[in-house]
Amino acid sequence: MGGMAERITPADVALVARLARLALTAEELELYTGQLAAVLEHARDIEALELDGVEPTAHPLPLRNVLREDVARPGLDRAEVLAAAPAVEGERFAVPRILGEAP
Amino acid sequence: MNGPALAAAAAVRGGERSAREVLDEHLARVEERDGELHAFLNLTAGAAREAAGRVDEAVAAGIDPGPLAGVPVALKDNLCTRGVATTCGSRILEGWLPPYDATVVRRLAAAGALIVGKTNLDEFAMGSSTESSAFGPTRNPVDPSRVPGGSSGGSAAAVAAGFALLALGSDTGGSVRQPAALCGVVGAKPTYGLVSRYGLIAFASSLDQIGPFATTVADAALLLDVVSGHDPADSTSLAGAAPRASEALGRGVEGLAVGLVSELASAEGLDPRSAARTREAADALAGAGAKVEEVSVPAAVYGLSAYYLIAPAEASSNLARYDGVRYGRRVDGADITEMYLRTRSEGFGAEVKRRIMLGTYALSAGYYDAYYGKAQRVRTLIARDFEAAYQRFDALLAPTAPGGAFPLGSKTSDPLLMYANDVCTIPSNLAGHPAVSVPFGTDDAGLPLGVQVLGPALGETVVFQVAAALEAAAPGVSR
Repeated sequence: MGGMAERITPADVALVARLARLALTAEELELYTGQLAAVLEHARDIEALELDGVEPTAHPLPLRNVLREDVARPGLDRAEVLAAAPAVEGERFAVPRILGEAP
Repeated sequence: MNGPALAAAAAVRGGERSAREVLDEHLARVEERDGELHAFLNLTAGAAREAAGRVDEAVAAGIDPGPLAGVPVALKDNLCTRGVATTCGSRILEGWLPPYDATVVRRLAAAGALIVGKTNLDEFAMGSSTESSAFGPTRNPVDPSRVPGGSSGGSAAAVAAGFALLALGSDTGGSVRQPAALCGVVGAKPTYGLVSRYGLIAFASSLDQIGPFATTVADAALLLDVVSGHDPADSTSLAGAAPRASEALGRGVEGLAVGLVSELASAEGLDPRSAARTREAADALAGAGAKVEEVSVPAAVYGLSAYYLIAPAEASSNLARYDGVRYGRRVDGADITEMYLRTRSEGFGAEVKRRIMLGTYALSAGYYDAYYGKAQRVRTLIARDFEAAYQRFDALLAPTAPGGAFPLGSKTSDPLLMYANDVCTIPSNLAGHPAVSVPFGTDDAGLPLGVQVLGPALGETVVFQVAAALEAAAPGVSR
């Protein structure tokens, strides 16, 4: 396992913001870089722990896949679900253009 | 063992009081004081009156309406209510009407409860003061210049102010127990998987658990027993019979072994009074016949660091669904990427953005092992240390919060300072174990403090048994 990374930079924060689909102003970028650095710095206290051979815990319960009988049953009411959407076309969710202009 | 919810339900079931009368008494208090406190985002008085009518008709017809007959209950606004706005304290869900009820909502209705409204919370349950709500903060009924704690601050305040006899919240890192402590009421986080999360809007799925608020331990146990138990709609719901929180309330603690967790009783940043109250609580249990000793849970001190990597990581994934396509707010853009960016940037507040970015970073290529992977291994250590302690002890004691309620605005500019509120509550979430916060005296300013009783997975019966003994021995809150 590698050690903790170097201090987080504004470029790192800009990248994660883009990945998470968040637009930041220059001011926000500076603010969040400092705040995220402080939280990550605090997390350094676990860096010194001897963790080789310790299994990670993803979940408190030892759960396996939970399956049910493959039997059709009623789902949510389609009209009610579509009524909650910002934009619909017929019985579908409508979204803005996904592909760019053709060359 | 008693409490006002138990008493009200008994009176309504016995025909001595009408559900309508109990409801009106609580709605009058809301009318009188919620303008100041802002515990509710949305009052559902009309539906509650209709439910009260049905309860009263049932009683008149000789039908038992259930164990919560006529009891006004408040719901944290991250619990889905069909056709009733559910916002998570966020602009991104403003105006959204869920197409289904959470399982806990159905169980409450089936038990004869009256749902009086949806309570304020930190946005998406991320916070410890209810100040990150997009709709403004809630104030602490004990001292309105102070926060009620969070993230379930509205639910805690609603019970403390007498707006409802019971409330539900959700506890991911302490979000039921810490506000309960700060408002001077009882709050519990059950064993992970005991209460169905179907219809609880997800924050960190491996940690989130719905829990009760009440003014007494017996009332909290009553509510938990109504909502707990297997639900096929939640794949993380535990199969098998649920432990009964109410089962052993009057039995005292004679012969039980209770450990005081050294690392939490002397946690960094703890108000000395909070530490002292926890030790008094240990002495009180010893006086009541328990065998009390200090016990070390060494990895507990790393809980805060592990949690603030794991919870944001899970949140960054869960909150990816708010993309302006299927529900909630959309801010249009020239193409879909611009729509996503505008929707999420305008829809989410600062704390939610901070955690999404932190989680995205902790999960990103090159950092995954260093942050998320390490935090998950620390989680294993914490669970192991607790298991070792439960070889020797029936239950453990720890402070709930580092101190009493703090003034509004005093911790909002420093995220780490706010996160430190959760230092004593987080270990139970990471381990998936139950814990109950019981009011136990005050700090030097006269503000309520809480002490937690912790137990092993599915140890609700003994945890509530010890909590009831602690409640009986607690010094009163005089302010």
